[in-house]
Amino acid sequence: MNNWEYSESIESEKIVNIEKKYGNFIDGKFVTPKSKQYIDTISPSTEKILSSISIGNQQDVDYAVASAKEGLKKWSKTNPSERAKYLFKLARLIQERSREFAVLESLDGGKPIKESRDFDLPQVAQNFFYYAGWADKLDISWGNEQYKPYGVVGQIIPWNFPLLMLSWKVAPALATGNTVVLKPAETTPLTALLFAELCEEVGLPDGVFNLVTGDGSTGSHLVNHKDIKKIAFTGSTGVGKYIQKSLAGRDVGLTLELGGKAANIVYSDAALDEAVEGVVNGIFFNQGHVCCAGSRLLVQEDIEEKFIKKLEKRMQTLNVGNPLDKNTDVGAINSKDQLDKIEKLVNEGVADGGDLFQIECELPKNGFWFKPSLFTSVQANYKIATEEIFGPVLTTLTFRTPEEAVEIANNTEYGLSAGIWTEKGSKILWTADRLEAGVIWANTFNKFDPASPFGGYKESGFGREGGRHGLLSYLKVSS
Amino acid sequence: MSSKTSLKNSVIDWSSTIDMIDNVRIDELGVKERTSSLATRSIKRDSKLEGLMKIVSMCDLTTLEGEDTEGKIAQMSSKAMTPDPSDADVPNAAAVCVYPSLVSTAKNIVRDSNVKVASVSSYFPSGQAPLESKIVDTQFAINEGADEIDIVINRKAFFEGDFRKVYDEIVSLKEICGDIHLKTILEVGELETYENIKKASLIALSAGSDFIKTSTGKISSGASREACLVMARAVREFADSGYGVKGIKVAGGIRDSKDAIRYLVIINEELGAGWLTPEYFRFGASSLLDDVLKQIKKLKTNSYQSSYYFPRG
Repeated sequence: MNNWEYSESIESEKIVNIEKKYGNFIDGKFVTPKSKQYIDTISPSTEKILSSISIGNQQDVDYAVASAKEGLKKWSKTNPSERAKYLFKLARLIQERSREFAVLESLDGGKPIKESRDFDLPQVAQNFFYYAGWADKLDISWGNEQYKPYGVVGQIIPWNFPLLMLSWKVAPALATGNTVVLKPAETTPLTALLFAELCEEVGLPDGVFNLVTGDGSTGSHLVNHKDIKKIAFTGSTGVGKYIQKSLAGRDVGLTLELGGKAANIVYSDAALDEAVEGVVNGIFFNQGHVCCAGSRLLVQEDIEEKFIKKLEKRMQTLNVGNPLDKNTDVGAINSKDQLDKIEKLVNEGVADGGDLFQIECELPKNGFWFKPSLFTSVQANYKIATEEIFGPVLTTLTFRTPEEAVEIANNTEYGLSAGIWTEKGSKILWTADRLEAGVIWANTFNKFDPASPFGGYKESGFGREGGRHGLLSYLKVSS
Repeated sequence: MSSKTSLKNSVIDWSSTIDMIDNVRIDELGVKERTSSLATRSIKRDSKLEGLMKIVSMCDLTTLEGEDTEGKIAQMSSKAMTPDPSDADVPNAAAVCVYPSLVSTAKNIVRDSNVKVASVSSYFPSGQAPLESKIVDTQFAINEGADEIDIVINRKAFFEGDFRKVYDEIVSLKEICGDIHLKTILEVGELETYENIKKASLIALSAGSDFIKTSTGKISSGASREACLVMARAVREFADSGYGVKGIKVAGGIRDSKDAIRYLVIINEELGAGWLTPEYFRFGASSLLDDVLKQIKKLKTNSYQSSYYFPRG
């Protein structure tokens, strides 16, 4: 068979300058952690140590929160149009240095450079531009109701879209006049640390943006801190529930953006070739480390065989490998822990009786990898049909009628997103009306816009990020 | 790909054709998105050189002008045989593509080489003539020695909804072609919608075309990568249905290597590398070849050379 393999086309790492060791960013400068405890952050594609970051302890969090409280004095009196200027400056700097950020994101997190370059970074800059525009228009946005910022906001972000989730949280919080203590995930702190450098560069007033790196213990200190007025969390439903319990009985605002097990519904009257693309994008984008991933394929029974055949053929063309190769479609699994979790669930799926298809490809020796996978012959009671796998694993279920499709789609504790594929407009509307999901895409998937609110139903969380709704996550009714 | 030769010349009956075209569903945004995503493939070094060499071997060097003369055709045909006399690695072009009246001139020059002579016919480029005239036109080109025939579909019939007539005409022309390679031009710039392009592709394939071809090059809107993607998917559907393996020719407006490589990527990822041979994929072009030759030189010598280092076509 004739073959045309693409030669490696590696984005150079030379553009990034990673320090050996990082402290926290508090009160406008990088400071040595009081904990004196460090942990390595590695590249999941090579297992090479990239840097050492601090595990913030109670004292570190105290210092950061105190700094944010102090910063609030000035920030809350800063003219809104001045606040906007800082955000615009940050947006422009992010654009200017987007290649650097993209390489760093792919190195530290394992995602393909084409995604960090063409998706994450443009979105990050757009979020800052978008919320910069809102900063001086808040008082005219809600009629006679008056809103004010919470004050000091604690933000805990995940490892799947590190900088993007930072932008979803930091941009609206600062635009509305809050000050921030941010804790990035321990496996992917590097882009947040670079962002802190930008805050210094644009001269953001001291204490307005504070960064404490660390693990779950650091996050817990932040959540339980007495001077925190609001917590915004994106991550697993388990941790989300823990946070909500911790905050019960306190006057602390909370928004949670948690897990998902989205249905991607393919009706037999869909444009099938494009639906295949959408299904592939829905689950293999970012190795399936996406809370709104279309991880359950619901395909109408009469086209199942045809559709699965097309899908498997298409999956086989995915390039798995070095995240810095511009032709890589599927990169590395973010961590050993996550890989173990995926492997465990997939093994259970096979033991339950699911048919597993995995693409043929060579995986690199070092690093954490999982072949793009597809389960068929799955019953609704299998774990792989109900639990969030958060990896490149798609589970197929079939349905006979639209009613049944909706029933299966909603038969989950989650409700973050959903996809509908049909050429019939009326069927799109009928289905969308009945789906319990925060975001519903029709004949496309994974489309984001800063102006569009994002968030979940049921155990996928509450509160919205993005759009005007996203502002409300950082404002409360004025007393 | 094993059954390709045995099925190659078969005509698929009209009712099976109707089944296929009735089920054409295409999402325009999905097509555009996939095409632009494939355009981000970064083709460097060895894969680039390999791709460029393939492109040379897939070129149908074309001139279709009223001013064409025997002299011009001789020059182009000679170039097709030896595109770069200074580099023995560079293959010959696939074919020269000319008007019927110049077929014998071209044939006389390329006779002992691998270069084929393709002739447009069937009242190219408009196709506005009765079938009898199209048959005479095509028969003349065949008699003159054409190895390949490039016809146009009857767009009048297509837009009037008479798909059967479009099909029947191609069947009739394929009949007189016999084993002669038939490429059917859809003129995607006139068909405009992806749905039309897919329907016309399936009709042309069913009617026995060996290739479907995007454009005549005679209207302002020529080949597009999106149209190529849609046609590739029609060819895939056709092959997956067990109807045989067919080829695609993109023509009209493809002028540089970068663009041409993007077409190769589409074929590679949508159909597979098995299609990346002159037997199944062609470029119809006049100026593309020179840019490809320059890029090959650049990859090999690290310097970019002026046009006057390459013979005129």
